[in-house]
Amino acid sequence: MLVRPKEGILDPQGQAVEQSLRKLGFAVEQARVGRVVDVEVNASSAEEARERVEEMCRQLLANPLIESYEVEVHA
Amino acid sequence: MTARVVVIQFPGSNDDRDALWALKALGADASLVWHAETSLPDGTGAVVLPGGFSYGDYLRAGAIARFAPVMEAVHTFAAGGGLVLGICNGFQILCEAGLLPGVLRPNASLSFICRDISLRVERTNTPFTSRCAAGQRLVIPVKHHDGAWFAPPELVAELDARGQILLRYEESPNGAVADIAAVTNETGNVMGLMPHPEHAVDPLLGSGDGALILASLLDAVRESATLALA
Repeated sequence: MLVRPKEGILDPQGQAVEQSLRKLGFAVEQARVGRVVDVEVNASSAEEARERVEEMCRQLLANPLIESYEVEVHA
Repeated sequence: MTARVVVIQFPGSNDDRDALWALKALGADASLVWHAETSLPDGTGAVVLPGGFSYGDYLRAGAIARFAPVMEAVHTFAAGGGLVLGICNGFQILCEAGLLPGVLRPNASLSFICRDISLRVERTNTPFTSRCAAGQRLVIPVKHHDGAWFAPPELVAELDARGQILLRYEESPNGAVADIAAVTNETGNVMGLMPHPEHAVDPLLGSGDGALILASLLDAVRESATLALA
């Protein structure tokens, strides 16, 4: 899953990365820094795995006040 | 009557003993409770969640400590009106646990901040600020990396209207929304703050202003114990 700061939430890490990229000469509009969490689960279907992982995001991996998440399932 | 206060020790707490020392210096019957305990000692009048870096601040500060076994007992204690004070990492844990509104985010500067800071007392008729004067300026140190309290504007307005904001920074060191340094829950019995009152209980250490916060809490514990006996 990919957890990142919601749009509009101040992201000082992203800002620091953005400034460094500009200093290196890259044309950057905006950079945001999130985190990737890889989890292996035994599930009977991709749908079941997705449901379980989304529950993990809701309970622990993302704080809904400030973070959004996306889940990608690979069999 | 002495006030019975417990300080919870999480793996990675590092101000637990300072809090214990400060509470004892102010006359409390204070003891440490390990995070793996599933209940609080009989007669507990208040619970303090101390500063530190529980679970290395992994994931988000306080996000993992909130699942410690003792936290269920803290939830029950708070739901029954028990007084709970979270300092720094303790504040972060209470927010992640849903016992306090908002969340603590990395400082806007991304730097660790460790210095004395000026605060303004917003309310005094609370168990945590009763010894302060309205509008009083307190000098108490902060030492944190993740101290920028955040909540959406609608929530901040609600908290303000309900009087849940107890302390504001005179000049925010960390990017906290609306300069907020301390908030309570809706019922006013749970409070969290980023500054460290336990590091400011003796003028010899630079300031004694933190003692006003901790002594207010002890007054409230003694008062409720007296009421319970009456």
